[in-house]
Amino acid sequence: MNTLPVTQPVIEITYLVASILFILSLKWMSSPSTARHGVWAGEIGMLLAIAGTLLQHGIVDYKWIAIALVLGTGIGIPLGLVRMTAVPQRTALSHAFGAFCVTLVGTAEFYLRSPDVPRFTMAVLSVEVILGSLTFTGSLMAAGKLQEILPQRPLTYKGQNLVNLLLLIIAVAAAGYLVLHPGARQLFPMMVGISFLLGVFMIIPIGGADMPTVISLLNSYAGLSAAAMGFVLDSKLLIIAGALDGSSGFILSVIMSKAMNRSFSNVLFGAFGQVQAAAVAGHETKTARSATAEEAAAILSAANKVVIVPGYGMAVAQAQHKVRELYDALSKRGVDVRFAIHPVAGRMPGHMNVLLAEADIPYDRLVEMDDINGEFPQTDVALVIGANDVTNPAARTDSSSPIFGMPILDVDKARTVMVIKRSMSPGFAGIDNPLYYLDKTLMLFGDAKSFVNDIVRELAGGNN
Amino acid sequence: MSSTLINGLFVFMLAAFIGFEVIRRVSPLLHTPLMSLTNALDAIAVVGAIVLVGRHESRLSFALGMLAIIAATSNIVGGFLITDRMLKMFHSSRPNKP
Repeated sequence: MNTLPVTQPVIEITYLVASILFILSLKWMSSPSTARHGVWAGEIGMLLAIAGTLLQHGIVDYKWIAIALVLGTGIGIPLGLVRMTAVPQRTALSHAFGAFCVTLVGTAEFYLRSPDVPRFTMAVLSVEVILGSLTFTGSLMAAGKLQEILPQRPLTYKGQNLVNLLLLIIAVAAAGYLVLHPGARQLFPMMVGISFLLGVFMIIPIGGADMPTVISLLNSYAGLSAAAMGFVLDSKLLIIAGALDGSSGFILSVIMSKAMNRSFSNVLFGAFGQVQAAAVAGHETKTARSATAEEAAAILSAANKVVIVPGYGMAVAQAQHKVRELYDALSKRGVDVRFAIHPVAGRMPGHMNVLLAEADIPYDRLVEMDDINGEFPQTDVALVIGANDVTNPAARTDSSSPIFGMPILDVDKARTVMVIKRSMSPGFAGIDNPLYYLDKTLMLFGDAKSFVNDIVRELAGGNN
Repeated sequence: MSSTLINGLFVFMLAAFIGFEVIRRVSPLLHTPLMSLTNALDAIAVVGAIVLVGRHESRLSFALGMLAIIAATSNIVGGFLITDRMLKMFHSSRPNKP
């Protein structure tokens, strides 16, 4: 047939070079100045790996491979061009696609090889397929919640963890039986189906505020399932890529969990909804002061140092470009404006940075929590736009608060605090925020985008 | 325990360590593009799918392989595209425009 006379070593060396390029690709992500080289390295590595595979012995059907590659590209391009505010759901969707691919390949390999599957191969194949299928449905759920097709609030019911544990046990038991009796083909669809269900049930009870951790965790699972696939196919390239992706997702999950002062198991098994009752109980009549855009503009233009604290509310209101106008207007008046970024602000790791970069705000103005917290006492105005829990001082002081111990941005230490918020209703997690009742706090009620716009207009009109 | 398994475990262990060390150094500024990039790299699973389709051993493996190539390719193309779009937006206030 048309098998090219290329020897296996050539292909293996192509894979080796691809692996090196993948590692370099991640290494170059360490700084914004080299990060784009990272993308190029990744692209070249990927092309090499695909080219090497096409040369492999036994590949006869090039036409259909080409058709599938073209179709995939056709789907991939629009997914690469989504709006920046839609990046979290796009990411969740791509975790689903990646896990779907792994599950399909694992399934095909099983039916090709069964009943002659060595025990170890069957064991990693089971890991591949169980992780792949639960990541597939779980990521679809996460994407649905982020796109607001599904409700963002946690859907909880009694005995939830027990049901999930039971499903996991059944799936693992099926896998165990298959390891011993790889000819039991009828068990395989059951194992896949149960894992699909488990993915749905795992993510359904998780609320929007926990999405950064969950997306990272799903990222890690997708990587690990690909690494397991590498063991099945005896492909070192796949093992390496899967291990890199798995450790990346794992590190991000750890960072996110720490930023919420919660353990992994707490995020996965303790849906936030359960703590609401305790939180809403201590509700007395406290008064908050509100201010108009005109007053806010006057205070901002008189300030020397302003720190803006963006949150998910800014993303929902699509206010980032208006925030950029505010940044410009204040900078022109000589005000030092910076942005304080909490690790879990938004719906995925780094979400706020991307939105602000999209609005053309220089990245050296975006400061991480640990670096800016010491500076709030010298800050004249802290302007909170669409963030809530990450500024809640109860996390520092009130041991009965459900978020007690969570690291927060110390906006309450600034001389004046301004909070743009739709209404006084408690935030997503249902936790009251004492910040709003401080004497130094001014509430700016309204939609983030239009309120910032009003402030910008006041700044332009007023002659200061 | 076969030697390929042991080899695989060594490779996995070393790659995981490299991953931890390299990714720990990634600035939190770039965590979103990092995730879309690792996603694109992870779609290297396409290699397994290409072999399935190319060998055409059974109707089932061919059909599943086709779907798998489509899913993985959309991740490769979409992932690299959006990562590059995001990274293009990051710029410093110090004037060093290309």
